Amino acid sequence: MSFQATPELEAEVNELISHYPVKRAASLMVLHAIQEKFGWISSDAVQWTAKKLELQPINVFEILTFYPMLRQEPQGKYAIKVCRTLSCALGGAYELHHHFCEKLGLDAHKHGPQTTKDGKFTVEFVECLASCGTAPVMMVGEKFYEGVSHKKADEIVAGCK
Amino acid sequence: MSTAATTETKTAAPAIEKIKVKIDGREIEVPRLTADWSGKLTPMTMIQACELAKTDVPHYCWHPKLPVVGNCRMCLVEFGTPALGPDRKPVINPDGTFKIAKSPRPAIACATPISPGMEIYTKTPAVKQMREGVLESLLINHPLDCPICDQAGECKLQEYSVDYGQSASRFVEAKVHKPKAVDLGPRIMLDAERCILCTRCIRFTRDIAKDDALGIINRGSYNTIATFPGMPFDNNYTLNTVDVCPVGALTSKDFRFQMRAWFLKETKSVCTSCATGCSVLFGSREEKIYRYTPRDNDAVNASWMCDAGRLNYKWIARADRLKDVLVRGQKSTWTAALNELSDKLKKAPVGSVAIIASARQTNEELWLISKLKAKLGAISDSIARVGDADKLLVSADKNSNTNGARLTGICFTEMGVNLQPITDGIESGKIKTLIVFGENIAKHGVNKEKLRDSETVGEVVTEHSLTPELLAKLETLVVSDIHANETTKLAHFVLPGATHAEKRGSFTNGKGRVQKFMKAVEAPGDARAEWEFLHDLVHNVTGQNGFVTIEGLFNQMAKEVPAFSGLTWQAIGDTGVTVQI
Repeated sequence: MSFQATPELEAEVNELISHYPVKRAASLMVLHAIQEKFGWISSDAVQWTAKKLELQPINVFEILTFYPMLRQEPQGKYAIKVCRTLSCALGGAYELHHHFCEKLGLDAHKHGPQTTKDGKFTVEFVECLASCGTAPVMMVGEKFYEGVSHKKADEIVAGCK
Repeated sequence: MSTAATTETKTAAPAIEKIKVKIDGREIEVPRLTADWSGKLTPMTMIQACELAKTDVPHYCWHPKLPVVGNCRMCLVEFGTPALGPDRKPVINPDGTFKIAKSPRPAIACATPISPGMEIYTKTPAVKQMREGVLESLLINHPLDCPICDQAGECKLQEYSVDYGQSASRFVEAKVHKPKAVDLGPRIMLDAERCILCTRCIRFTRDIAKDDALGIINRGSYNTIATFPGMPFDNNYTLNTVDVCPVGALTSKDFRFQMRAWFLKETKSVCTSCATGCSVLFGSREEKIYRYTPRDNDAVNASWMCDAGRLNYKWIARADRLKDVLVRGQKSTWTAALNELSDKLKKAPVGSVAIIASARQTNEELWLISKLKAKLGAISDSIARVGDADKLLVSADKNSNTNGARLTGICFTEMGVNLQPITDGIESGKIKTLIVFGENIAKHGVNKEKLRDSETVGEVVTEHSLTPELLAKLETLVVSDIHANETTKLAHFVLPGATHAEKRGSFTNGKGRVQKFMKAVEAPGDARAEWEFLHDLVHNVTGQNGFVTIEGLFNQMAKEVPAFSGLTWQAIGDTGVTVQI
């Protein structure tokens, strides 16, 4: 799948670059802009970014691989993010993650985000979602869920059409 | 024509203020400013001052020819500076010395500039403890690969482990495993587990080779050196990263698993792949060369060499090496062949002999040939080789000793102008004897019509008019070469020569640097160093004698060739001397 920069993205990136004294400083913001538009950052997108910022692709790739929230693979339609920082870990986040994986046919022991074969769900651990009193907490896309029991989890999955 | 030879390449820099610092209690005066990796004057750092004081400061990421990053922390030292009183003036002790305020924290010697009166402590218990701590951290995830690791024997981790390591690891947790045998490029293999992430390779390829191809990807325990997927690490200087790698992470595919480093005999030599003449070390064992590595020489190649030159050694041990003296196709001996040849040459009328020497021969050999040339009234020349140059080291002139051939009078400034007169001489029958050294002229000889169309062939050797048909007209064709080829097949006398790895001698590089090289391996069979049999031949033909050793030969040459005047074999040293060209 080849990456095609839209005129809007081009304009946005040019604007972003103008905010910084050196082009390279805009790297992270440009990657954010691409991810916002496309949902993930492909190899072609990295090369396009490097060209735009007058860098080598490896310079951009370093940043892309450093930040887990910058995605190197397309995400599922519903992105399930389970918090695993201390309170949630104690409150059963690992069991919750395991439950999702089992239900959706994913490997709970694998590192990093996993997407179902039909491309509908992506399940991954994230760090603190800032609601430690109501552990375990999770998000689906931009929607926030607190005190998620396994039963509630099943309802959430069922609600994802 | 020549001015005094010097060992300096640049004019003297303006005087730099000197300051006094104390290293482990010993006072030393050092310049305040010094050239950094790019040659720019920058404040001298502690590690550079310690080097001048011959005090070892262990380090991984610091390299004198690379930008400073200070990420390995191995060079931590304690230090103190003169204490300032309330008047902002140094406090003086009763004995007149500065009162030193010791810094409560250590500093990395590689990135901390020195200041007047500074005291650096490299041997305190605290410094030892810090080195032990840093080393232990570096070894946490390092595999115990040493028995199969190419770096073993020349590994900084091993060396410092002896000095600051513990016999057993305290680490009981599971080690992080990273990929092994990662193919970074056509000549480089990475073992990510062994890497200590010093970033020397990244800095080398970005700042020296100007190919920003490497980086550190991922993060935390899993970060690793990598290229961008689909863009292999492939420039002409990649193998230097194997040299700068302080551990066994980057390995040369060519040398990988071939030979243990400690078995290699190291011989100081010079690369012959172009007129730059990089200083190199040959690593050889039992008459076989296993690798070239660059040798520090700021007047020529700094600490680097190109991949093409580095890997251009396999021809030395090729199976088609000439091993026998042949006279009209029959195996002969040196004595018999040289005697017959000497008699022939002594009888040859003036002007009936032509010589084509190679600009890849040594200064000494070319000079001996010039003696023959003078005696025989011969016309001589050499064959030019041209190719692509780059901005770092590679020269467009692919002959290693073009200037040697010019200075000894074998060829003119423009190499090859005499080839047409030689052709005409052979055609008219005036030239009856042709002596050829190390040039496969039959292969690159094309007839005149074709010569006009193309100046050079795919190979870098310049084409000329000496065709095989023309060579067949000669009464005597004497060829000395290293490999059997089209020209040796036509020759009446075949004299097997030695490669630069099999003899001693000197080259004059493209900038006039005269560098000597040593013998690493024996020549195969009856093959002999050209200067040895040339000496015999010159003695037989001209009656001259007196150069039975390479030292004597060089010194004699230096007396007679104006450009080399004042030089001696000994005075050239390991890094050479620049002469006026």
